Amino acid sequence: MTIILSPTGEHKVSTHDGLWMSAAHAAKATGWTLKPEGMCLAERCVPLPATAVKGDEVDVAAFWIKLGGPVVAAENGEVWALGAPADERNAALEGLAAPDFTLPDVDGTPRTLSQLRGKKVFLATWASW
Amino acid sequence: MWQALYDELKDKGFMVVAVAEEGRGAEHARPWIEQAKSTYWQLIDTDHRLSDLYNLVNVPQAIWIDEQGRIVRPPETAGSTDHFRRMDLKTRTMSPEDQAERLAARQAYLDAVRAWVTTGRYALPEGEARAALPKVTQEIAEAHARFRLGVWLRAHGDPVEGDRQMNTASALHPDSWSMWRQAADLDEVGKASGPDFWKRVQALGDRPYYPPPKL
Repeated sequence: MTIILSPTGEHKVSTHDGLWMSAAHAAKATGWTLKPEGMCLAERCVPLPATAVKGDEVDVAAFWIKLGGPVVAAENGEVWALGAPADERNAALEGLAAPDFTLPDVDGTPRTLSQLRGKKVFLATWASW
Repeated sequence: MWQALYDELKDKGFMVVAVAEEGRGAEHARPWIEQAKSTYWQLIDTDHRLSDLYNLVNVPQAIWIDEQGRIVRPPETAGSTDHFRRMDLKTRTMSPEDQAERLAARQAYLDAVRAWVTTGRYALPEGEARAALPKVTQEIAEAHARFRLGVWLRAHGDPVEGDRQMNTASALHPDSWSMWRQAADLDEVGKASGPDFWKRVQALGDRPYYPPPKL
């Protein structure tokens, strides 16, 4: 099994020859669904090169690169990270809607930024290092 | 760190969300959080997801978000200054003048937050807010992916490959102090503020470590 760290979380999927996997596993790892028109998320579809689809299998690395996102792997090929495309990040920030996130507090309780709608929020980082 | 500010403004529709960019996880951050006795949100961000989402490069940085969830001040230094660069490294002290200036700058920043909450002042018009956003490049996007992979590998027993990924991330995104310092800290607690850190700070020359907010 291969571990994929993607914008939707951490996923375990079966792969071969890089990131070739079944459409079901591709959907699990990326949130995008294989359709005749390409890989689709809600209304948006990204056409795939003919070399990136074979029957029910998708080359997720080729798809992700087509999407414009970084695809990186540990040397042993067992753990991969699919990063958010730079254009997507810039468009989200330029829209000025604060990107939403859910993070745990120190006891593990998840907190979501958008729960604070209606308040002015001072969002600040710190670190122990 | 922000408790007094929060106590003062919490009845005016104000909230503080403090996010620990902490690759060592919640237990490592716990002593600081418990000592702060904070009643606002203190969240743990092991793989620096916030830095990826908001294109952050250092701590402390802050983003001001209005009641509609709109960014009214993009990421900027939150009350810290570069006076530490002039401190006596042997005694770890700053001159009284520098200490006073540093406190005054921090006070000015806190006053700006207060003014924003009570009168709306210092919220930037959309065009200015947009223009002040740092741009995400392909290199920065790849750096975040490698950084996340590095934190994961370190947490799962592969420090050598984890380190290699984080070093590549730092090379791709040299402006990110968070990536470099977190990688150094994961290698060894204390290394993030050791001799290599000071060398990097010196190499900045005239460039700021904490760019002052344009209030």
